[in-house]
Amino acid sequence: MNTRGELPDERAKRARFGRRALAGFAIMLALVMVVAGRFVYLQVYEHAEYSTRAKANRVRLRHLPPPRGLIYDREGKLLADNVPAFRLDVVPDKVKHMSAMLQRLSAIVPLTADDIRRFKQSLKQHRSFDSVPLKFHLTESERDRFAVDQWQFPGVNITPYLTRNYPYGAEFAHVVGYVGRIDEKEQARLNPDLYAGTTHIGKTGLEKEYESLLHGTPGYEVVEVNADQRPLRVLQRVPAKPGKNLYLTIDERLQKATIAAFDGQTGAAVAIDPRNGDVLALVTVPSFDPNLFVNGISQADYSALLDNPEKPLLNRAIRGGYPPGSTVKPFLGLGGLELGLRTPDDTVLSTGTWYIPGSPPGARGYRDDTRYGAGRVDLMQAITRSVNTYFYSLAWKMGIGRLDAWMSKFGFGKPSGIDLPDETGGVLPSPEWKRETYHKPWYPGETVISGIGQGYWMVTPMQMAHALATLAGGGLSHTPHLLAATSDGLESPEIPYKQPPPVQITHAPADLEAVKQGMLGVVYNPLGTAYAAGIGKGFPYLIAGKTGTAERYSRTTNAYNTDKNLAYLASRHRAWFICYTPANHPQIAVAVALEHGAWGGSAAAPIARKMLDQWLADTPPSQRPPVQVTAGATPPATSAATTP
Amino acid sequence: MNDIAASVSARAFRIGRRIFSRPRIDLPLAIALTILAAIGLTVLYSASNLDTGMLVGQAVRFLIGAVLLLAISRIPPNLLRAWTPWFYVLGVLLLVVVRVLGEGQGAHRWLDIGFFRFQPSELMKLAMPMMLAWYLHPRPLPPRWRDLAAAALMIALPAYLIFKQPDLGTALLVAASGLFVLFLAGLQWWKIGVALVGLAAAAPLALHFMHGYQRQRIVTFLHPENDPLGSGWHILQSMIAVGSGGIFGKGFNQGTQSKLEFLPEHTTDFIFAVLGEEFGLIGVLILLALYAFIVGRCLWIAVNARDTYSRLVAGAFALAFFVYAIVNGGMISGVLPVVGVPLPLVSYGGTSAITLLAGFGVVMSVHAHRKWTP
Repeated sequence: MNTRGELPDERAKRARFGRRALAGFAIMLALVMVVAGRFVYLQVYEHAEYSTRAKANRVRLRHLPPPRGLIYDREGKLLADNVPAFRLDVVPDKVKHMSAMLQRLSAIVPLTADDIRRFKQSLKQHRSFDSVPLKFHLTESERDRFAVDQWQFPGVNITPYLTRNYPYGAEFAHVVGYVGRIDEKEQARLNPDLYAGTTHIGKTGLEKEYESLLHGTPGYEVVEVNADQRPLRVLQRVPAKPGKNLYLTIDERLQKATIAAFDGQTGAAVAIDPRNGDVLALVTVPSFDPNLFVNGISQADYSALLDNPEKPLLNRAIRGGYPPGSTVKPFLGLGGLELGLRTPDDTVLSTGTWYIPGSPPGARGYRDDTRYGAGRVDLMQAITRSVNTYFYSLAWKMGIGRLDAWMSKFGFGKPSGIDLPDETGGVLPSPEWKRETYHKPWYPGETVISGIGQGYWMVTPMQMAHALATLAGGGLSHTPHLLAATSDGLESPEIPYKQPPPVQITHAPADLEAVKQGMLGVVYNPLGTAYAAGIGKGFPYLIAGKTGTAERYSRTTNAYNTDKNLAYLASRHRAWFICYTPANHPQIAVAVALEHGAWGGSAAAPIARKMLDQWLADTPPSQRPPVQVTAGATPPATSAATTP
Repeated sequence: MNDIAASVSARAFRIGRRIFSRPRIDLPLAIALTILAAIGLTVLYSASNLDTGMLVGQAVRFLIGAVLLLAISRIPPNLLRAWTPWFYVLGVLLLVVVRVLGEGQGAHRWLDIGFFRFQPSELMKLAMPMMLAWYLHPRPLPPRWRDLAAAALMIALPAYLIFKQPDLGTALLVAASGLFVLFLAGLQWWKIGVALVGLAAAAPLALHFMHGYQRQRIVTFLHPENDPLGSGWHILQSMIAVGSGGIFGKGFNQGTQSKLEFLPEHTTDFIFAVLGEEFGLIGVLILLALYAFIVGRCLWIAVNARDTYSRLVAGAFALAFFVYAIVNGGMISGVLPVVGVPLPLVSYGGTSAITLLAGFGVVMSVHAHRKWTP
């Protein structure tokens, strides 16, 4: 008997079991070794790889787009603001069937064909795990509806963002411009680091011109997310640096008054401070609401703007080219004095028609406005009464070469250099220009009509205001500018805009004085072309002005056109009025152009006067020069002599 | 008053002495189980994001299990053997009931009996080896053909019921716990070899009868990278958790994969990955060693048992316990497909912990009564 008192059979069973248990234990140990080996492989050899993947799982880089700089007028009124809004973002990686998802989504949040087209384009520009904006500026009800059904749309999120808002709407559309969504071309040239997370960019106006200042520097956040990609905590944060705020020279009150003065007539006006080139007003009528463009304009709205015959999208003030007409006379007259071709007292006989000296009988004659002429006129009278003959003969004497050289000093024929994109330079015609453009020779008659601002000559209202400011400011040419200063924030100091140094283009005060007397006569002399409009009445300062009425079509016959119907004339004429005040210490120079004005004096001058009234109301007495003329249309003593 | 208190404490002392002073339970096994439970509670506390409620719930289950363990250890094996057929029949009946009344996510697995939900298939993990041991106990070993046929029926009936719940993993494990009895009973190696070859040949056929999701799991196991966000997610995130743990781990409550919920089921089936992430290779090896020790100790107890029934029950239960652990470890490390097998005594869950401890109670009973003659 063994120790346990077992039967032999029992002992055999125990022994067999012992062997099997041992075998089982051996197999178990082998399996433990296999699994342990697997853990060694994962946790030792592949540790670095899986550590990286664990980190990639939980750490996300989030771009923080910088808030765009704000834009203020010279009084601190906010012209371009950032307001909170919401948009729909899609993470393409998390969406299984994109088209089906979009279709279901559009039942909840209306998606236009435009939205979808744009979204599909931007899908190509983004990596598949980045959010791609689908629809901007959700309405409150769209937001609510989506929030209810959000669970059905994994990968689609509502994201808060700042959208651009232009509180003054159409008033500054041609100055401030607008931002819009970044398109493919822009995407291609933009620095991706600087524009990470940014959806909008300046498209026109100051928004485009100063994009680099307004944009700012993006920041980023390193966030820890859970499996649902919900951010749990911020591991590291580099805040975005907001764009610089812009302070403009423009005065909202003057801008508004100017628009009101146009009363819907198509045209443009620019007001400049001759002392420094500050642009005080820059108006184009009609205009448009820039807010429409910020989050994508609808096709219907856009077509309406494009189909409008008055072209509201055209920035007439800096791109509208109009023949300057008689407004060039003060500049040309000054040129005659400066070049020594005339003295202020030299007279020219105006008989109603002027012929190029030595031309055969029956040659084309060049007309005065009055049929039988103005008689003998000196420079002052020639400007006051806008006597064509005086300037025909002066232009002839000067020759086109000297005329162009002189006029280009005032900035004609080239952009004024204002800080706005896409400014055009108009046309200052010359034989070279004509040969290049039309492949035709220059005719002598074209020199003659250049003397009264006709022919191919084209000037933008901006150029005109700039030239006038130069004349008013004693021949000192400041590059016109809208930006006064920038700052990093409301608390930061303002950094003044660095202007290019002004250029002195004439050094003869006596000559300038003679021209000024002629321009005062335009307003105060009963024979002055703007006298009838009475724009000097009741204004405390002397206004020096000049009318211009340019023909849109050339004359076809030598016959006088006797149709005095204003509507008829308006369809043929461009009306100009330019003026500055106070005449002895000029602080504002204004150029007004009307596309359908009958006469410069009657149609455009009253607009200019309203602008001056607003300027006066806005200028505190302490900043005004001493008053020389108190009231009424009393002509100054100097202009009395010019009265025939 | 003092007398009553004294008599109560004296009584409690006597009970304690009766349990521990005479070596009714195996102390090394009891200590190993206690350490395993402590590790389980620690990892669970971290995996549940320091959820004290879950921790207490699991501790209470362990206590219930411990009481059950001690109680069963007092029952002599021949009594257990006498109850075995009724226990088995009860298990099969409950499996039938759960098919009719049960609840679960698309599968009928649980019975809701008021205070807690009960999984009859867990009961079967214990009833199966007991039943086969009961059947083979009086018969000559190695089992004869007709005994094998009867055993096959006893295995197939509950396995089929569990498979139809459907719960392929548990069905296989329950069947395995029965097969381990046959293995320990001395089933000839050549028969085992033939059976394995037959199984391999039948595998494609089995694939045909599988549910879609079961087939998908196999495919996912073979190519987890094909669908990293879908069915491959579990295994991939589990491997990332384990791999990123490295040798020393990220530390208690520092595992980003489980904290941030990249790791699914991190308190139940995938809790081993939490341990791997937070305690590293060191923690994994300690746990595997602990499991190996427990299984080895149970086999040792079985070898020293006094009769066939005791030996077969203790040995088969030990091997089944090992298989639960190794299948779970293989699953979370990506060497086995994802099957819903909890990590024994570590995963959160009621029935599993309690039935396992009851099973160890049977082992303890075998140990305690080893020297008694029948």
